[in-house]
Amino acid sequence: MSTSAQAPARSTRSSLRWAVSDVLTMAKRNLIALVRIPTSLVFAVIQPVMFVLLFRYVFGGVINVPHTAYVNYLIPGILVQTTIFGAVGTAIGLAEDLQRGLIERFRALPMARMAVLAGRTVSDLARNVGVLIVITVVGIAVGFRPHGGIPDYLAACMLMLLFAYCLSWGFAFVGLAAPNSETAQAISFPIIFPITFASAIFVPVDKMPGWLQPFAIHQPVSQAADAVRGLMLGTPVGNSVWVTIAWSIGAIAILGPLATARYRKVA
Amino acid sequence: MSNFAVEALNIERNFNGGEVRALDDVSLHVPQGEVFGLLGPNGSGKTTMVRILSTILLPTSGTATVNGFDVVKQPDAVRRSIGLAGQYATVDENLTGSENLRMIGSLNHLEKSIVIPRSKDLLEQFGLSDAANRTTKTYSGGMRRRLDLAAALVANPPLLFLDEPTTGLDPQSRQDLWAIIEGLVEGGTTVLLTTQYLEEADRLAKQLVVLDHGKIIAEGTSQQLKTRLGNTVLVLSFSNTDDASRAAKLVGDVSKQPANIDGTVVELTVEHGPNAAAEALRRIDTAKIVLTGLTLREPSLDDVFLNLTGHKAEDPPSNDNDAPSSKRRSRKESV
Repeated sequence: MSTSAQAPARSTRSSLRWAVSDVLTMAKRNLIALVRIPTSLVFAVIQPVMFVLLFRYVFGGVINVPHTAYVNYLIPGILVQTTIFGAVGTAIGLAEDLQRGLIERFRALPMARMAVLAGRTVSDLARNVGVLIVITVVGIAVGFRPHGGIPDYLAACMLMLLFAYCLSWGFAFVGLAAPNSETAQAISFPIIFPITFASAIFVPVDKMPGWLQPFAIHQPVSQAADAVRGLMLGTPVGNSVWVTIAWSIGAIAILGPLATARYRKVA
Repeated sequence: MSNFAVEALNIERNFNGGEVRALDDVSLHVPQGEVFGLLGPNGSGKTTMVRILSTILLPTSGTATVNGFDVVKQPDAVRRSIGLAGQYATVDENLTGSENLRMIGSLNHLEKSIVIPRSKDLLEQFGLSDAANRTTKTYSGGMRRRLDLAAALVANPPLLFLDEPTTGLDPQSRQDLWAIIEGLVEGGTTVLLTTQYLEEADRLAKQLVVLDHGKIIAEGTSQQLKTRLGNTVLVLSFSNTDDASRAAKLVGDVSKQPANIDGTVVELTVEHGPNAAAEALRRIDTAKIVLTGLTLREPSLDDVFLNLTGHKAEDPPSNDNDAPSSKRRSRKESV
């Protein structure tokens, strides 16, 4: 076979630099979509603010938590909850790209193959940073007073972003496995509801029925909520930080290759 | 190296573990600098062929080189030398026209300093300058196709795959797109075009391959195909099926092809429409059969298929007759 044919002249940047550029290009396109589609912006920003107001002023009065005001208990939980709900957007977005044939078009381009998934998870990360800032500001406005100090607050944020990033890969898999975006959404909610609500996000798990407690205490979302809350409030975190890091690394070690394999198969 | 932009040999592609054979022993030789047409109805394997040649799909067996690069072994080199656009007009709805082109340029690994002026030129060239900063969600079907085509051209590839570029477009948009494609070929681009429309293949493609159920059933220039087929279709309508079948026997030898009887309608493909119509009228009149309608029209893809395969383009393969693949293969011929 002949190799003398010449492809059109390209830039001389190294393939690694182009791979990074591809990931950023994909991430940028996802973020533009996030801002331009009103429903996705509502989902990403308005909804968590509504949750803050709902739990702070409607339910908060009847929820007693030990040692601190409920608002201090609530805001770290909302942060974790928002990143989980936001990950559903990963599933929907990928399913939509597949459905519309965009991923097929990307396949015929000389771009880095992993850029579609990596770009999606990177844009999720950027969105979560934004959400973190919005919720922190809104939280402080409604009385949230984190006493853990700024370094621990930042550590809590980093931990939360790590946890969320790993979750994105899981929902990327869901999005690639679903035949369309509606199904991706339908599959996602039965996953996120139990892990979000049967957790230490909104209420302490020791008030839950005995049969539910073992799950509620040990599942990764509760561990993440406990860790983020402990760091932000300056209260003991126990093992929860390490457990959350372990869950995150374990999840990405399994879900990352799973999503990548699925991507190779469907795209 | 070969002078062919695309050289595919004995391509086979199965789906569902061999249950469905989308392509069966398809070989193509696409010369550089012209439009090559892949003609066939839905499900004939055209899109599968384009997906294999553009490295989206692997062939089950067979080999193909695109611009001298092997589609299986050197997919990246192939991707750098092709542009792909098609009926699904896969533009990003949430981006503007200009953002779409810049995204594709960047994913083609072109520097910004090249992509920005190039995008602007293409938008201008395709009449999209006014819409450049609107999200493509607001674009009409024709505008999307043009943007899709512009995106395929950002990297200035020597070879373009156009998968049913005008399917579903209104006549004006179709004419516009045809003019654009002709302009590209004048500029030296090679185009592999798939289409369901004989008219489109006739207008654009120098050479044609006709696909049916994953097999090549005819190949040649569009003139060769048409000559073989006859240039005009004579359509005669009657008030009942008896008259139709009686008339079909009378006028059968006006055409070189067997008459096609569909209920009360008889169709004949003929060389010279007016002469054939006059002759048919004389015979029908002499036999005192009442004619309710007479039309002359251009042959359609259906007519091609009817003549080449004995079934209409839309029909699923018939299972009730003894037409195994070997029989159909025997119909494959160069015209």
